[in-house]
Amino acid sequence: MMDKGERGRISKKQVEHIAELARIELSEEEKRLFTEQLNEILDYFKVLDEADTKDVQPMLSVLGLRDVWRGDVPCPCLPVEEALQNAPRKEKGHIKAPKIA
Amino acid sequence: MSNLYALTAREVVSRVTSGTLSAEEYVDAVLSRIRDMDDKVYAFLTIMEADARAKAKEIDAKAKSGKPLGRLAGVTVALKDNLCTRGVPTTCSSRMLGNFKPPYDAKVVERLRKEDAIIIGKTNMDEFAMGTSTETSYFGPTRNPWDLDYVPGGSSGGSAAAVAAREAPLALGSDTGGSVRCPASFCSLVGLKPTYGLVSRYGLIAYANSLEQIGPITRDVFDCALLLDAIAGHDPRDSTSSPTTPKNHVKSIEEPVDGLRVGVPKEFFGEGVDPAVSREVGRGIARLEEAGATSLELSLPSLRYALAAYYIVAMSEASSNLARYDGVRYGYNNLQPNDDWNTFFSRNRREGFGPEVRRRIILGTYALSAGYYNRYYLKALQVRTLIREDFEEAFKSCDILAGPTMPVLPFKLGEKVSDPLALYMCDILTVPANLVGCPAISVPCALVDGLPVGLQMMAPFFREDLLLRAGRVVAEGFQGGWPM
Amino acid sequence: MADVKATMEHEVKIGLEIHCQLTNLKTKLFCGCSADYRKDPPNTHLCPVCLGLPGSLPVLNASAVEDATMVALALGCEIQKLNYSYRKNYYYPDMPKNFQISQYDRAGAVPFAVKGKVIIRAEDASKDIHITRIQIEEDPGKLSYLGTIDTSPYTLVDYNRAGIGLLEIVTEPVLESPQQARVFLQKLRSILEHLGVSDGGLEGAMRCDANISLAGGKRVEVKNISSFKEVERALSFEISRQRSLLAKGVSISMETRHWDDVRRVTVSLRTKEEEHDYRYFPEADLVPISLTEEYLEAIRAKMPELPDARAERFIKQYGLPEYDAGVLTGEKGLADFFEECARLYERPKEVSNWIMTDLLRWLHEEDVEIGESKVLPAGLVEMLRLIGDGTISGKIAKTVLREMVKTGRGPREIVEERGLLRIASEKQVRALVDRVFEENPKAVQDALTDEKAVHFLVGQVMRLTKGKADPELTNRIVRRKLAERTGKA
Repeated sequence: MMDKGERGRISKKQVEHIAELARIELSEEEKRLFTEQLNEILDYFKVLDEADTKDVQPMLSVLGLRDVWRGDVPCPCLPVEEALQNAPRKEKGHIKAPKIA
Repeated sequence: MSNLYALTAREVVSRVTSGTLSAEEYVDAVLSRIRDMDDKVYAFLTIMEADARAKAKEIDAKAKSGKPLGRLAGVTVALKDNLCTRGVPTTCSSRMLGNFKPPYDAKVVERLRKEDAIIIGKTNMDEFAMGTSTETSYFGPTRNPWDLDYVPGGSSGGSAAAVAAREAPLALGSDTGGSVRCPASFCSLVGLKPTYGLVSRYGLIAYANSLEQIGPITRDVFDCALLLDAIAGHDPRDSTSSPTTPKNHVKSIEEPVDGLRVGVPKEFFGEGVDPAVSREVGRGIARLEEAGATSLELSLPSLRYALAAYYIVAMSEASSNLARYDGVRYGYNNLQPNDDWNTFFSRNRREGFGPEVRRRIILGTYALSAGYYNRYYLKALQVRTLIREDFEEAFKSCDILAGPTMPVLPFKLGEKVSDPLALYMCDILTVPANLVGCPAISVPCALVDGLPVGLQMMAPFFREDLLLRAGRVVAEGFQGGWPM
Repeated sequence: MADVKATMEHEVKIGLEIHCQLTNLKTKLFCGCSADYRKDPPNTHLCPVCLGLPGSLPVLNASAVEDATMVALALGCEIQKLNYSYRKNYYYPDMPKNFQISQYDRAGAVPFAVKGKVIIRAEDASKDIHITRIQIEEDPGKLSYLGTIDTSPYTLVDYNRAGIGLLEIVTEPVLESPQQARVFLQKLRSILEHLGVSDGGLEGAMRCDANISLAGGKRVEVKNISSFKEVERALSFEISRQRSLLAKGVSISMETRHWDDVRRVTVSLRTKEEEHDYRYFPEADLVPISLTEEYLEAIRAKMPELPDARAERFIKQYGLPEYDAGVLTGEKGLADFFEECARLYERPKEVSNWIMTDLLRWLHEEDVEIGESKVLPAGLVEMLRLIGDGTISGKIAKTVLREMVKTGRGPREIVEERGLLRIASEKQVRALVDRVFEENPKAVQDALTDEKAVHFLVGQVMRLTKGKADPELTNRIVRRKLAERTGKA
């Protein structure tokens, strides 16, 4: 679990941790700058604490659609060349990614 | 010949369909105009000259042989560079997709092609649609044709500049928090964000998927209705696409606004809104009243939470929507010897994404992370319900809501880049429509010291017809001319 | 391997998380790509959606919802009338979107179904295995390496499997031993196969992760158990490992371990708690699933016969004992094989005996599942008829069946080729008995008074004929000839 720091504020250490979680490398300078900027933005977000949301349902889907399904009928696939055309590294029909370990 | 670029979309369709204008000739004129203008404006990233000429030839042949033509026959359309166009670079103005050529067309692109429109090029934008000024583009900013030292708005700045410089009569942008309406307002154009679900998102490269819609950017409401009718409608490949049959907006646009009840939320004219903007928008609303509408002031108290809720939802969704950019299947890939998966991924994303994108991904990851999910993401979704309830209440006593599109006049390039929060605050009037999902339009209202002011209107779900009708009246009272 | 039967000292609690591919679907979960990918070259079953191209959107397969409903009903679960898709965010080369569309059961999220159970028979008692939840999710692609995962300089990815529909079935930690786990998985597989939603025999179609805790201690997760066969082995190893640590006074920490099926050990994976922050949130590109009573009724009405019901029918219809019915319905392939035989042959109990003992034994020896058996029902029935009409003896039939399983050749062919016909003519047997009497004069003498020597003489005839002599006839003739001698003497 992350160290929580002051409520509504984010520490440089937290920023580093989140950057790792998000898989985005940051330079030292960026860590400092982002911490400052993110805190400014989080300060602004504090206004939400004032909203009375007791018993209010969260809304994600605005149209209220349900059960949008597709029949189990095969469609043509992309030809292999097109599927792989944007991949920078390939080998024997496979796409090549960096080693895991 | 030389003024063909000045024709409206409906004039082009009419002439090409009747055979009095050759599509090839028209495309030639448009390409010539783009060559003249784009060095200054920088609206386009890719100009699809060969494709456009080939399509024009096809259309002329079709016209000659008497076959029926589509409702956009011969019209040139500019597309924001986050709309997938098969075989043509679709970059989202990012280094991360600088070399990406999709193997498929977005649904809207398929529809345009079916209606015999001519896709003339892909336009500049804020990187991954994150911005309000088109200044975060990896390829450099677009300039406002009204004053080249000023921003055209964002994130669909390139599409708006292309239309305002009359490089193309029609353009499509995308609107997640105002990205169609803001540049329309800054460039004195009509920009419409349709009801969520009216236009298929299949092929729109996602930034925030519960908020965004593709929308027309045009010179006037008539062209807007024409383009909207061509792209709207259910798509079985988009699960969030509405099954409702769209209205015919071209037909309903001439109807009068007598008895139209215009709600004016006082929160739209509060502090933070430039007094000159308030004044001009007030005059615009007065024009509606002169045409037979009535206005009433009301209050939507939850609007004060809208901007925070919007950014939390948008950034959270973005942090997940942009996770796929790892350079393995497509995109920027700067693999170094001995890189392992995590090291490569982290460094590649640092190099491939600009600072604004990285800021939003980090904040979005934070808002969804264990321990913060309830406080930020879930809370924002609850606030969204509150705002929706305010709107439903308001629409009981009025047919549309009106106010300024932007709280400020267009600003100079570079003026706000170092202050992310200041830029975010510019979205304060546009984000509510995205949170609620209702349609919203920006129409040209006035010029203040030569800089455009837009008037925004919002309506209940699927009432774009009311927006276009009212928009016609507001814009009629303002003849701004063209900057170039 | 140490004896892993549950003891009061180290009470074992095992929970399983099973991923079953919905192998009968023709297309993937969220796109129309053909799901029949196993024999095809890599990356040939792709479209913008399952490749995760920018701008692509998912659309849910209606038949997947039907399959999930059938499974939920068969396992007695409460189907959640309004359930949602959620994103599970993590980064791995086999994930085209670097998130998986799945479902969730916390913080307001609702999975497809909850609170079911599967009844198993373990150690001669019935046990309820409670099902915590069932959810619908997509499979990632397949990774391969040059060498092992630790030493490979790169990772090769085939996305053909990416987007294939899965059901995740999670049990409460109520299993008490690796054997129980195996029995449960077999039953689950039989249920899924009887429903026709998943063919457990296909490679990769059923995978399983396990959670194990001993003596109320911390939970260890064991991942990468690639087949049901490996489950018992992996669990046994892990329990042994934990037991020996506890015996040394070392406490077990909560962690994730990886089952290495080559070295047959579990190895620790680097796991900080934070790394499991999947940041679940709702999938905004999909809309919720809401199932009406009508829908559920329609599915109930067309549900196929489940194993337990089939077992009861076997008892009633074929007069089989409960034990036989249980064994046969433990695998759909086996039950189908039996019923086809029973259709062709009048004595089902005979069929059942031969299947449960010899057929399964020889199949196991060849490491072949009933579904791949070269022996078909008609073949087994033919063999039974050969026994019935006296052509071969039951003893000979065992070897014939073994040969049938190995080669797929018919019983008659094997019998003729190897000259295994039963010797049943009196004349032949008398000649054989005479010969044996001649070669064993002492035994003949003993046999006049000792029963054992009589058996010995019969046995010699059998040995001489390699088992082909009719045992009953041989016995009669031996005794008659002995009687004659007594008479003479």
